[in-house]
Amino acid sequence: MKTPLFTLLTLLIFQADAIRPKPAEPQVAPETFINATIHTGEGDVLKNAMLVIESGQITYLGDYQQTQTKGQVTDLKQQHIYPGFILTNTNLGLTEVDAVNASIDFKETGELNPNVRTAIAYNADSMRIPPMRFNGILLAQVVPVGGLVSGTSSVMQLDAWNWNDALIQNNDGLHVNWPAQRTKKFDYATFSMKLEKDKNYTDKVTKIKTLFKDAQAGHSPDNIKLNAVSAVFNGDKQVYIHANTPKAIIESIEFMQSIGIQKPVLVTDSAALPVIDFIISAEVPVIVSSVHDLPQRTDSPVEQPYAVAVKLQQAGVLTAVTYPGSMSARNLGFTAGTTVAQGLDKNTALKMITFNPAKILKIDDRYGSLAVDKSATFFISSGDALDMSGQQLKAAYIDGRKIDLNGKQQKLYHRYHDKYQLTE
Amino acid sequence: MKKTFFLLLISFTAGASGTQLPTGTVNGVQDTRHSVLALTHATVHVSPEKTLKNVTVVIEDGRIREYLENSSVPDHAVVINYRDMHIYPGFIHLDAEVGLPEPAKRPPFSWGGPETLQTTVDGAYNTNEAIKASYRAADDFNPSQKASRELREAGFTSALTHRHDGIMRGTGALVSLADEPAQLTVLAAQASQHWSFDKGASKQDYPVSLMGAVALIRQTLLDANWYTQQNQMTDLDLAALNNNTTLPHFFSVDNWQQTLLTQKISDEFGLTFVVKTAGDSYQSLNPVVNTGQTLIVPLNYPKAPEVNSILDSYHVEYSDLKKWQVAPFNTRLLAEKGVRFALVPGDNKKGLTTFLSDLRKAVTHGLSEQTALAALTTVPATILKRRDIGHLEKGARADFIAFDQPIFNDKAQLKDSWVYGERMEINPRLPLSEGNYTLTLDDTSHQISVHFNKGQLTLKPNQDTDHTFQAKMDGQLFTLIVDEQSPLMAWVADGQIKPLPTDRDWMMTFIQQSEKVTQSDSEKTVKDIPNIPNPFTAYGLANSATPDKVLFKHATVWTNEDGGVLENTDVLVVDGRIKTIAQDIADNKADLVIDAKGKYLTSGIIDEHSHIALLSVNDVAVNSSMVRMQDVVNPEDVNIYRNLAGGVTAAQLLHGSANPIGGQSALVKMRWGVSPQEMLIDGADGFIKFALGENVKRSRNQQSVRYPLTRMGVEQVYRDAFNEAQKYQTAWDDYNNLSRSKKKKTSPPRRDLAMEATAEVINQERFISCHSYVQSEISMLIHVADDFDFKVNTFTHILEGYKVADQMKAHGVGASTFADWWAYKWEVNEAIPYNAAIMDQVGLVTAINSDSAEMSRRLNQEAAKTIKYGGLTEPEAWKTVTLNPAKLLHLDDRMGSIKEGKDADLVLWSDKPLSIYAQAVKTMVDGVIYFDRDKLGALEKTIAAEKTALIKQSQASGEEKKPQADVAQPTLHCDSLITKDAILALDNGAES
Repeated sequence: MKTPLFTLLTLLIFQADAIRPKPAEPQVAPETFINATIHTGEGDVLKNAMLVIESGQITYLGDYQQTQTKGQVTDLKQQHIYPGFILTNTNLGLTEVDAVNASIDFKETGELNPNVRTAIAYNADSMRIPPMRFNGILLAQVVPVGGLVSGTSSVMQLDAWNWNDALIQNNDGLHVNWPAQRTKKFDYATFSMKLEKDKNYTDKVTKIKTLFKDAQAGHSPDNIKLNAVSAVFNGDKQVYIHANTPKAIIESIEFMQSIGIQKPVLVTDSAALPVIDFIISAEVPVIVSSVHDLPQRTDSPVEQPYAVAVKLQQAGVLTAVTYPGSMSARNLGFTAGTTVAQGLDKNTALKMITFNPAKILKIDDRYGSLAVDKSATFFISSGDALDMSGQQLKAAYIDGRKIDLNGKQQKLYHRYHDKYQLTE
Repeated sequence: MKKTFFLLLISFTAGASGTQLPTGTVNGVQDTRHSVLALTHATVHVSPEKTLKNVTVVIEDGRIREYLENSSVPDHAVVINYRDMHIYPGFIHLDAEVGLPEPAKRPPFSWGGPETLQTTVDGAYNTNEAIKASYRAADDFNPSQKASRELREAGFTSALTHRHDGIMRGTGALVSLADEPAQLTVLAAQASQHWSFDKGASKQDYPVSLMGAVALIRQTLLDANWYTQQNQMTDLDLAALNNNTTLPHFFSVDNWQQTLLTQKISDEFGLTFVVKTAGDSYQSLNPVVNTGQTLIVPLNYPKAPEVNSILDSYHVEYSDLKKWQVAPFNTRLLAEKGVRFALVPGDNKKGLTTFLSDLRKAVTHGLSEQTALAALTTVPATILKRRDIGHLEKGARADFIAFDQPIFNDKAQLKDSWVYGERMEINPRLPLSEGNYTLTLDDTSHQISVHFNKGQLTLKPNQDTDHTFQAKMDGQLFTLIVDEQSPLMAWVADGQIKPLPTDRDWMMTFIQQSEKVTQSDSEKTVKDIPNIPNPFTAYGLANSATPDKVLFKHATVWTNEDGGVLENTDVLVVDGRIKTIAQDIADNKADLVIDAKGKYLTSGIIDEHSHIALLSVNDVAVNSSMVRMQDVVNPEDVNIYRNLAGGVTAAQLLHGSANPIGGQSALVKMRWGVSPQEMLIDGADGFIKFALGENVKRSRNQQSVRYPLTRMGVEQVYRDAFNEAQKYQTAWDDYNNLSRSKKKKTSPPRRDLAMEATAEVINQERFISCHSYVQSEISMLIHVADDFDFKVNTFTHILEGYKVADQMKAHGVGASTFADWWAYKWEVNEAIPYNAAIMDQVGLVTAINSDSAEMSRRLNQEAAKTIKYGGLTEPEAWKTVTLNPAKLLHLDDRMGSIKEGKDADLVLWSDKPLSIYAQAVKTMVDGVIYFDRDKLGALEKTIAAEKTALIKQSQASGEEKKPQADVAQPTLHCDSLITKDAILALDNGAES
């Protein structure tokens, strides 16, 4: 009943049953959209605007000009165009069912794994992908977890035959989990979580530092671990620091900058708040790992996690927000919406899941906002894409290819909708 | 084994004390002594209220014979000069484990291995090994010189000792702390019965939870009653329980919530408990006081967390700092409320060594000296119904302690401990009394004061003089040098200075005691009681005082009633109810008028599936219907306040999903700052958790042996349980239908709490909320219910409800689901976010629930997803988190909509309630505004400021700090299992 073989078999049968939407064909003819409310992702909204796409790229963006229309013209009155959302720091494509070990591929064993790469394990047919696209997430940075250096991420687009053609930025980042001086432990005596000194803390930090310094020295050119690290010194790969205590944030950034890595990306949570001035002066970008979270302590502000990104953004830090794991990450847009209730304007909130992550991932020359000569990667929505109430995606494009938004969930919906003869 | 004991006994009788047992064998000649002792010049604190100064204490054969005035001494007495000494009755320790072997350790519970379903103890004992009622501490008691000495050093001369192991721990023995053989130190072999909620070393899985411990206690008490009327079996524990009913019952608890629980049990069974608290009553003072129980209070002073830099405050909990600040006031607060209590040392390892200074700390924090003494002497003696200890009136045992100053003086030192007239030195007395002396040397008199400073003797002339005085003590040899002349020597005995022969004529005599010996420390500054948040957590500082009449003006009212949305409408709340809904209600009808223009007023959100505000979630019995979540409601959980901030006003607190039949739900309102009992919704129907699928068949544990391991087995568990419940009910019906005379001759059936709850389900007196995922199991339970002729009330989670919505409708069951959860476990593969909309459109009463402390505060947004996925209308979507869950919980006559006469559980929203941009501005429960966003900023500033001040204060105190701070308590969900040892997740999936 519980043999791995059985699990594997059921998984295979299941996968055969539920076929993913077929990847879209490359764009052949130009298309024009008019009368749309266009959210550029860089902070602007163009009303009654026009967008022309050709060969996968945006060739026109601006006021309606009949002379500029090309190909089929679609009137998007009362509809919105948004750049595709970018889901950073996700395990999408590396897991199917969290409770089934055989389906999990995001965590390699060992402490130092700079050489392991998510790209080659990325399952372009993952059943988790269609629901993302359905809510406007069109790009993802697929990140490994575990250990001190968990491995190398890549950026993928979410409509592909396989990992090769999903890649849009191969080996974009190296992920370092900076240890904290104290780790969480359950205390039986007081029946609560305690922070306990991590006896191995110094060891762990030393291991990370030595790895980077050895890689920088370049004394072992045949060492695949060091080679996976050395790319960070010539700018081919960025360093992502995952740190969740104020001290670890300072310590990790100080170290990276001391070895010449001036702009590591900080992936963190409310731990950023006490050191916000340090983050500003260090000029590092931040990915806020989770918005819909509980406050860190019982005395923390009630809605503290909702406001972390707001405070960073308002302080002038280049900030992106993302969603932990991938089970519920389709709600990324709504977490951006949540920051609006905390004081951001909607355009800035949108920026934190489009243009800002593109800049952080260094793909902003191609993705993350709507501008001429950039990739035609966007979606059309009947309403405010940051608010779940009364909004539907009508279409989505990746590099000009019009992708199929429907997946298994929609098929099941229609099947049972019909079974019960429900009316629309 | 017996041999060792025999040898030990011999060594005792031949020891220094020379004790002989009347029945013992003497190796030599008889040495029986009739002893009379006279302690002269003593100050005797006979009882907390009565002090005798400068008296002679006469002790005869271990007891106080009499007190004599004027320094007189009886005939035939051995005299000891007890000048300077303050004598107090010896303390009585009510929670000791002295002289008993350490209980076995138990490996912490884990879901990973095979379950232990049965007791592992051989013999005719209770079938649950946490019930050890037949254990007798006296049987195992063997005096430990080390342990007794440590207790004596803290002032104790007798102790109630019991084994701290198990839920029913058996009896305790009252022992004296003399270094004598057990035959002489056991004062009462069966002095008490002991209970707790901690199953201790029991290897049996059940119970793992607090509510399971409560259920086990209740069932065991019922069984004990049944046991007297049956002749089928022998159970030594039930027999012992019945034999020991007249002994005082002591209940050890781990927190104040458990203190309240003991009262529930005592109310139900007519028992009286003396409750050994965790010293945390200050966290919920009035409810604890209202139990009216006698308490045993440990002097627990939590340390403040260590803060090495300002960044560390990120890891420091306000409540930890607050505990450090308020805990020392605990005994004072109890005393001021008139609670009767005994004191014991703090529960930490050093509690005994710091006991006397901890006691003084309680006094400097305002506990009166009399109450402190009573709590260690007369109160424990009264609890134990002993007249011979706890005071020093004539006839009492000569168990007392002697200090060199009044006991509460900071520098007072315990010198001697006397047990049954036997003196045991704790600290050596000074060879000379401190105070004023007259030195006569060659016809000249000098007035000199004598002091000891860290053991060094110093002499000081009391008036201006050119003479110099130096002195030294070498043992009893006293050397005096006056004006650097040749030394004078004297022999000091019994406080008298007797000059040794010399050519000079001198003497030095005692005149008057030093003030520090006779007086209490000059008026100690008693500290002021700081503010105490209610509940005892940062947001307990929120002020929810609301007038009885509140008027919302010009609101957009989402009624959930036929009227739909009412624009520009006023709602008047009076005495916790919605009184009037109308346009233009006059301002003067209310004491508080809230301008709601541009805002939206709705009824409060009701979460059908929540695990916040609970101390525990899962127990492990396959049929756990006997456990009640109401026993573990924790009103201190800050998630209540956070829920209020998300517009939640009521919730069903469910048992977890570890078992096909789980425990009974607690239906609560989010009343902030009330007792656990006051959170419960009065008059609500009874509900119960059922669960199907992966969790109950232990899918994540390859080694599980617990039936059922398949969905096939799950069905049979139900059929079996209902079958048995029917038989159970028939047996009781038959018994109840007997004529009165026949009833007398017939033993009633055994009451079984699980069967009672299961029968309630069949009888539709208790309603199921069933954790369920895939269509097969949903359909199965419907069939089972049909066969037993009852209705399932609600399927919760129900992610494949859309596949069997027609069957569900035919059965008449409702659904409470997630908006869009999936992919966290195998059985949710086909979960679709359209599920709620389909079920709603098919006609099921459909709710959206949280099962998450985080998501519960965004249920308005989760409801909005039913518009995106499946196209519900706004009113339909809104009902999924308000009126529909109210219906599922049978509360829709009082809650779930805005209607005149309904409970004023209202939320004022900043924006359209289904919008991501909406925030709850005010959340009202029963007419009380518990959450007010307009005051939130100021409140958060107050919390931060007080926290900063407390950090400063604790840093300045110089007291020892605990290694590091707490972080927030992990939140619980369906799969959480809290045991004494750990919080475990049944499954690392995303039901978290």
